[in-house]
Amino acid sequence: MSAPPPSVPRDTRFTVVLTGNPNCGKTTLFNALTGLRARVGNYAGVTVERKEGAMLGADAAHPVDVLDLPGTYSLSPQSLDEQIARDVLFQRLADVPAPGLVVVVVDASNLQRNLYYATQVIELGHPTCLALNMVDVARENGHEIDVDGLSVALGVPVVPLIASDGEGVEELKAAINRSAVERVSQKARKPEHAPAVAGPLAHPPTGSQARLPTDARRSEPRSFQELPEAFGREASAIRGQLAGIFPHRDRLASAEALLILSDDKVLAAHPEQYPPAVRQAVAASRARLEASGVDWRSAAIEARYARVSAIAQHVTVESFVEGENFSDRVDRVLTHRVWGLMVFVGIMLSMFVSIFVLAQLPMDALDAGVGWLADRVGSVLGPGALQDLLANGVIKGVGAVVVFLPQICLLFLFISLLEDTGYMARAAFLMDRLMSRVGLHGKSFIPMLSSFACAIPGIMATRTIESPKDRLVTILIAPLMSCSARLPVYTVLIAACVGGGALRRGMVLTAMYLLGIVGALGMAWVFKRTLLRGEPPPLILELPPYKRPVVKTVLRHMWDRSKLFLRRAGTVILGINVLLWFLVTYPKVPTGADGAMKPTSGSVSQDAVGNVASAVASGLPAGSPLRPDEAHGQVDSLQNERSGDQLRRSFAGRLGHMIEPAIRPLGFDWKIGIGIVASFAAREVFVSTMSVVYNVGEVDAGDRVATAGLAETLRGEKREDGTRVYTALTGITLMVFYVFAMQCVSTIAIVGRETNSWKWPLFQFAYMTALAWCLAFVTYQGGKLLGF
Amino acid sequence: MDIIPLSSLAPGAKAVVAEIRVPVEHRGRLLEMGLLVGTTVELVRFAPLGDPVEIRIRGYNLSLRKHEAEQVMVRQGR
Repeated sequence: MSAPPPSVPRDTRFTVVLTGNPNCGKTTLFNALTGLRARVGNYAGVTVERKEGAMLGADAAHPVDVLDLPGTYSLSPQSLDEQIARDVLFQRLADVPAPGLVVVVVDASNLQRNLYYATQVIELGHPTCLALNMVDVARENGHEIDVDGLSVALGVPVVPLIASDGEGVEELKAAINRSAVERVSQKARKPEHAPAVAGPLAHPPTGSQARLPTDARRSEPRSFQELPEAFGREASAIRGQLAGIFPHRDRLASAEALLILSDDKVLAAHPEQYPPAVRQAVAASRARLEASGVDWRSAAIEARYARVSAIAQHVTVESFVEGENFSDRVDRVLTHRVWGLMVFVGIMLSMFVSIFVLAQLPMDALDAGVGWLADRVGSVLGPGALQDLLANGVIKGVGAVVVFLPQICLLFLFISLLEDTGYMARAAFLMDRLMSRVGLHGKSFIPMLSSFACAIPGIMATRTIESPKDRLVTILIAPLMSCSARLPVYTVLIAACVGGGALRRGMVLTAMYLLGIVGALGMAWVFKRTLLRGEPPPLILELPPYKRPVVKTVLRHMWDRSKLFLRRAGTVILGINVLLWFLVTYPKVPTGADGAMKPTSGSVSQDAVGNVASAVASGLPAGSPLRPDEAHGQVDSLQNERSGDQLRRSFAGRLGHMIEPAIRPLGFDWKIGIGIVASFAAREVFVSTMSVVYNVGEVDAGDRVATAGLAETLRGEKREDGTRVYTALTGITLMVFYVFAMQCVSTIAIVGRETNSWKWPLFQFAYMTALAWCLAFVTYQGGKLLGF
Repeated sequence: MDIIPLSSLAPGAKAVVAEIRVPVEHRGRLLEMGLLVGTTVELVRFAPLGDPVEIRIRGYNLSLRKHEAEQVMVRQGR
């Protein structure tokens, strides 16, 4: 990162920045402020999620944008997420406008630690407002907070809220609107200064007589710590130096001086941000402090906590609450030695079984809808290449993937629920011991669990892991967790090869997921001992109180993530399907008896029988001519063979044949080879490829596209010797291959971006493909030896 | 009174942090989470598999590995 350019005032819109600790209800508040109009993107150059949206109910003349920063515990970042939050507040990001107003969201039931961060933010000197959330939870726990007193103590307006019920949201919006209007009128008076010196809110919106303290219209930001004298002296010397060097952010100088003096990581991680003079001055200051017995690492933190706990005690009226609170009682069961683990396994199992059971009905409906649509398009357009492309290439191909949307929505629904209720942190708490065995910690569990949905959000979730090595290991193993894109593959193969009731299918599915987990942990163990050795950093994991999930937030989350899947279906998968359709359709089987490669007018021609005969004849080895009457006598079987021949000669068939020697030891034929080749771009394409591949095998003159499900088609598929292609062993081997193979262009791209290199994604692709082949080989050959 | 590692408290027991021996490079975040010398800490429970431990400080619950909890020395009240 280079030194930031001076911030340019943007006067088009008023930007409100939402910041706060993780688990303070920030996302729920963001949703309440912006409704369903939020945009989700990334910060330039990094994949930290950037969520922003226009505020609902803003004054028409003064539109307001709300930016939701990643949750953070302090301004000394420990992860990429926290670093972005700090950089926005420090105005270091060129493409993020300077905050017109910072809203710090504070969990009232956890006041001290939340105020630690809130006071850090207030000290930055931006116009700031405090959203005191979850006052209901605090009350249940026996803490009544004096809102006006808190406002006076902090010197900023305080709005009490229950974001999950929408209570207080209107008041906060009113405060934001006032601030937006005020900024504009100030700018009208002093255009050359705005928004850098935009004042605080005109009125503290507490609804009472609370007044801002007299220093509210400050030129100097407030400070919330009584530092040891020597420390204060050193800090203010550095402050003066910073203010001289970075005049455009002189407001931040006090806070920045304190941070670079007390946090050794900031200077070490970004030496280019500060000129050598500053670094030397900081080193000299630290040496002087050490000599006089002041611990420069902890002095500022201790001073702030001393102040913050005094404020918290001063504004909180404690009442005695009998017994344990709700979360403690729940945790007695959910983190219990026996029950806790049983519940955990139960939750995981019921999640996957219900994905099968609940999704069945909507999936059948979608399937029927896709078939109907393909038929309609077919009959409207009439036979021809275009009809074939639309019906078989586009609609059937994309439809075969979209059918799995209900399952994917359900999976995301479960994951969102686990996150929003607070159970996800308990899962990390329960699983940490296992994760530490392989050298990772519980925090890696959450990205791994998210990777069940999709490796992309999973890999993006690794940003909360502080240690770069642990993060890289987690990225490398995340795609081994069976993502939702494998679900369609497993579903079809289980239906075609395994069969049985919902329980049996659910068990095979669970086994595949477990295999992925074991593989991921095993590879993590290997990586931590070879390529990426290193002591894991300590686990510091908050166990937030359990919360009733907010339906809107959960659904929103589910929808945002499912949209990613749909977008892929609409872009990558659509493109691949058109390409595939081309690969399986061309070049056309020659029609002349001499075997010359003449293109036909389309896949459907009127004299199909003749075509079949000649096609088959030309497909046979030279020297075995077939008499026309013989050919006509075998029309039925020949029609199938004709399309099989078409496939064999197509580009796709040639590719499948090309890799057949490599996959024959795994028990796969060239048709499966086509599916594997196609799904190196994206796994779920296997399903649509198989439907294209086998539809081609079924479409013949005049006939409608067969409506039998893909699974049934696969089940009926025979080898030349009459045995089934998709035996249970083949199916299991193929699934094992899909558990381990890295077949996802999007993941490769994300890994490239997250690791900032092409070395790691290529390494990942190579090791996973090798692993997949070896394990599939062991499965197939082992299975054959055992007599399956 | 003698100081003992936080990890040797019994579940449900409270004590006051006396000394933090966690290496400096890992100490910062622990301090920022509010675990400081003089902070009252309650050991809530050990995880089902024995590690990590759950503690309660400043009104919220935090979990640490035993390894770090062994480096946080506490003094139990009379």
